[in-house]
Amino acid sequence: MSRTTLDLWVGVFVAMGIAALFFLAIKVGSVSGSDIKSPYTLTARFDNIGGLKVRAPVKVAGVLVGRVSEIHYDNERFQAEVVFTVDGRYKFPTDTFANILTSGLLGEQYLGLDPGGEEKMLAPGDVIKKTQSAVVLEKLISQFMFSKAAEGDTAPAK
Amino acid sequence: MLGVLRKLGALAINGVWRLGFITRFFWMVLLYSGQSFTRLHLTIRELYFSGVMSLLIILVSGLFVGLVLGLQGYETLQRYGASDSLGTLVALSLVRELGPVVAGLLFASRAGSAVTAEIGLMKVTEQLKAMDMMAVSPIARVVAPRFWGGVISMPLLAALFSAMGVFGGWLIGVVAIGVDDGAFWAQMQAAVDFRYDVINGVIKSCVFGVAVALIAVFEGYDCVPTAEGVSRAITRTVVSSALAILALDFVMTSFMFRG
Repeated sequence: MSRTTLDLWVGVFVAMGIAALFFLAIKVGSVSGSDIKSPYTLTARFDNIGGLKVRAPVKVAGVLVGRVSEIHYDNERFQAEVVFTVDGRYKFPTDTFANILTSGLLGEQYLGLDPGGEEKMLAPGDVIKKTQSAVVLEKLISQFMFSKAAEGDTAPAK
Repeated sequence: MLGVLRKLGALAINGVWRLGFITRFFWMVLLYSGQSFTRLHLTIRELYFSGVMSLLIILVSGLFVGLVLGLQGYETLQRYGASDSLGTLVALSLVRELGPVVAGLLFASRAGSAVTAEIGLMKVTEQLKAMDMMAVSPIARVVAPRFWGGVISMPLLAALFSAMGVFGGWLIGVVAIGVDDGAFWAQMQAAVDFRYDVINGVIKSCVFGVAVALIAVFEGYDCVPTAEGVSRAITRTVVSSALAILALDFVMTSFMFRG
């Protein structure tokens, strides 16, 4: 059996296909997991998580350090429990604050961490105690309306 | 009235019969496919005919689909001031849906129909029977290499289609219209995940490859051995491949990309 030009064309075809797959993997998409090295998990409990979803980014000072891996409802505390993985290179103090924030006006929601000043660091599997729930737009508007209404009541009395 | 009922019943029974036959046929092809890998040059030949020969149509259509996505996507996105997300729109729609589906449809009409015609014509000229007489299994010698040629080339073609489409979207968005180059790629990379989007797209194209290749070889093998029978078999290949691709795509999308 000898090599033929047909083999060459098939080789070119397969090489092109694999190159296209690499292009899709590296240039078009980002390989998840590879940029998060030796991840460990932390947990935070929120009264309200708003529109936070699994795979949402976890950011500190605007830098991506991990992703939300699990969200479920804790029926004993009546709170939402958010489990997220963080890059092993980063350590956070035990009094770190966890917020649910929104990127831009209509953007996706993410978990923002504000490191505190404590000496001790959070160990894998720890629970963040200081949390702030997502801002629900309806509540914000109703608060604003009530305060406006209250102002309206007091104004004529003056 | 009774005649219509009788026809309907015959149609249903025939459909179930064919379904059973295609399942058994699929099993036979898998059983005999060991030989198509030990005698690799047979499969390489089919890879050439179904893969390399489809390259041109796949690359050109991918480019045009990308160009259209770039134009239409920009039209809509710039109304919301979000023209920077053009890369996301183009890449996600290509990698998740359009790449595998359109490449599959093109592959069915370009390569699937050719395979059906070839096997059908072999049946008409009684080459398949002659092979059987010489104790050469026609499934091992003719059908299995064509099946595997299709299965292997389909994911590669779909990946090429998607890559070409992204290039087309970039050409329109960045080069022609003037969307920022950095934002185009950065937003795309932030939104497209390799495991979630790209791998699921590849899985889709593999499934479509199996479906199209199986339908093509089966319709050829099962055709009525006349000139008219072969032409009908080719039509059936294209029609049922298209239906199978679209139906399978819905099923797979509904459990791959939910939530």
